[in-house]
Amino acid sequence: MGTLILNASSPTAAGSRVVMTETIRTNNPAGEAHTASDSRSAGTTMAIEDVTLRYGDANGVLALDDVSLEVAKNEFCVIVGPSGCGKSSLLYLAAGLNDATSGCIKVDGREVIEPGPDRGMVFQSYTLFPWLTVRANIEYGPKRKGLPAEQRRQIVDQYLNEVGLTPFADHYPAQLSGGMKQRVAIARALANDPAVLLMDEPFGALDSQTRGTMQKLLLRVWERQQKTVLFVTHDIDEALVLGDRVLVMTARPGKIKAEIKVDIPRPRSMDVILEPDFIALKRRILGLLHDEIDEDH
Amino acid sequence: MAQRRTAWTRLTTPFANIPASTATTLALAMWIAVIGGWALLSYGRVVPNMFLPTPGTVLETTYRMSLDGSLFYHTLTSAKVVILGFIVSSLIAVPLGLWMGTYRAVQAPLEPLVNFIRYLPVTSFVPLFILWIGIGIEQRIAVIFFGTFFQQLVMISDCARSVSRDLVNASYTLGTKRSEAVWHVIFPAALPAILDTLRVTMGWAWTYLVVAELVAASSGLGYISLKAMRGFQVDVIFMAIAAIGLLGLITDTAFRILRARVAPWAP
Repeated sequence: MGTLILNASSPTAAGSRVVMTETIRTNNPAGEAHTASDSRSAGTTMAIEDVTLRYGDANGVLALDDVSLEVAKNEFCVIVGPSGCGKSSLLYLAAGLNDATSGCIKVDGREVIEPGPDRGMVFQSYTLFPWLTVRANIEYGPKRKGLPAEQRRQIVDQYLNEVGLTPFADHYPAQLSGGMKQRVAIARALANDPAVLLMDEPFGALDSQTRGTMQKLLLRVWERQQKTVLFVTHDIDEALVLGDRVLVMTARPGKIKAEIKVDIPRPRSMDVILEPDFIALKRRILGLLHDEIDEDH
Repeated sequence: MAQRRTAWTRLTTPFANIPASTATTLALAMWIAVIGGWALLSYGRVVPNMFLPTPGTVLETTYRMSLDGSLFYHTLTSAKVVILGFIVSSLIAVPLGLWMGTYRAVQAPLEPLVNFIRYLPVTSFVPLFILWIGIGIEQRIAVIFFGTFFQQLVMISDCARSVSRDLVNASYTLGTKRSEAVWHVIFPAALPAILDTLRVTMGWAWTYLVVAELVAASSGLGYISLKAMRGFQVDVIFMAIAAIGLLGLITDTAFRILRARVAPWAP
C-alpha cells in the first residue's frame, strides 16, 4: 500500500493552503481497515462496514464490492465516481431505502434497517410534495415527529430564512425554479434535524450557474448548522469546493479507491477553484477517474 | 418584433396557439354547421320528418315537456340513477384502486379478475341483474356501477402506481411510516390524476344510462326515448339525447371546477 503525501503549500492571493493527503488503496481483496489518515473515529456518526450490494441472485450484477467508510461528526464527506459506479446505491443503502447484500451500516452506533428521520436525504430528482406549499413541505418532518405547532413554526421560519425563501413560503413547488426547489428540499431535510444529511447529486439537474449558487448556499448553511453530510457527485469541482474529504470510487463494482483530504480553509469562496493547489487536487482526482473510465472501455 | 407570420401560417403550424377569439369562432361555426345541416335536411324534406324532426319541432317538444314538468321529472330520475351508481362505484374504486396500485399483494389477486370482467359487455349482465336484484332502481344503479367500477379500479390503480418512487422515499427519510405512505403521500400525489379519472368515467356512466333504462324502467330519459321510438316520436328522442349530452357537459364542468378547487397546485 502506498501512501502519498503531497504538501503543496504555495502562498496564494487568498493565502489559502491546500494540503493533499492521499491514500491509494491496494487491490488486496482481504482489504485493510479504514485508511483515513486523520483520527476522527472517536466522533464517528456514520459507519459503513464491508457493504456489498448485488442485484438479483448470486450471479447478478455486483454494484458495490466490500465498501467501508466512516463519516465523522460534522464532517462534510464527498463521494465522487464514474457514472454507474454505485455511489447513489450506497447512499440509498445508508438511507435504509434498500438492503445491502452483506455488511452493515451504523448511524450513531445503531444499525440501519429501515429508513428513518435520523437520515435526511436530498435527491437528484425534485421530491418536494407538490400538494404542499413551501412552508408545509418544510414542516412535514417536524409534523410527523409530533412537535407542537408553535415550535414547528419557529423551525420553518428559521430554515426558510436560512435558504433565503421566506418570500416564497406560501408558493407551491410548481411555482418555483429548479434551484429554489432544491433549496426547499435542503431546508426540509435540515428542519428534521437529522444525524446525517445524505445528498444524492442534489444539484445534478441544475444549470452550471445555479449549481454554483447552490454550492455557495450549501457551504454557508453547513458552516452555520454544522451537520454531518455524505454527499455524492460526479462533479470534481463540486466535491473539492464542498468537502472536507473526498472519496474516489472505482467503476462498477464500486469500491473506495482513494481518499483525499481537502484542507482548504473555511469559509470557502467559489474562487478556490482557480487556485493552483485546488487544480493540483483536481488533476489528481481526474487521473484516478480516468483510469476507471479507460478500464471500463 | 414585427409579426411576420401570416394568420394562415399560425393556423396551420403544429401545436401553435391560436387567438381565443378564433377558437370561439371556430367552435360556434361547428355548432352552426351541425344545426344548419340538420335544419337543411329536415326543413328541406331531404329526410322525412318521421325519421328526422325539424329543430323547431324539437324545441316545441322541449318547451311543452318542460312546462308540464315531465322533462324535469325524467331528467331527475336519470340523474339519480347515474349519480348514485357513480358515487357507489367511486367510493369503492378509489380506496381499493389506491391499495391495488400501492401493494403488489392486493394487485396480484385482483388484476387478472378485474381485467377479465372489465371486457365483458354490461348489457350481457342485464338479465342476470334482473334475476338477482329485480327491476327497481337498484337494478339500474347496478348497471351503471358495473359499467363504471372495473374501469375506474384499473385506472385509479394506475394513478397510484405512477406516483414517483422518490417522492415516497423522500417521505420515508422525513419520518413517514410504511403504513402512513398511502394516506400521506400516494393519495395526495395521485389526487389530480384520480379526479381526472373520475371525470372521464363519469362520462362513461352517462353513456350506460340508456342501457340501464332499457328494461323495466318507468321513468328516465332513456325510458322516454325507448317509449318514443315505439310511437315514432323522433322529436322526443332528439330531446332526450340533447338532455343527456347537456347533463354530461354540466357534470364534466363540475368536475373541472372541483379539481381546480381541490388540487389548485396541479397543472
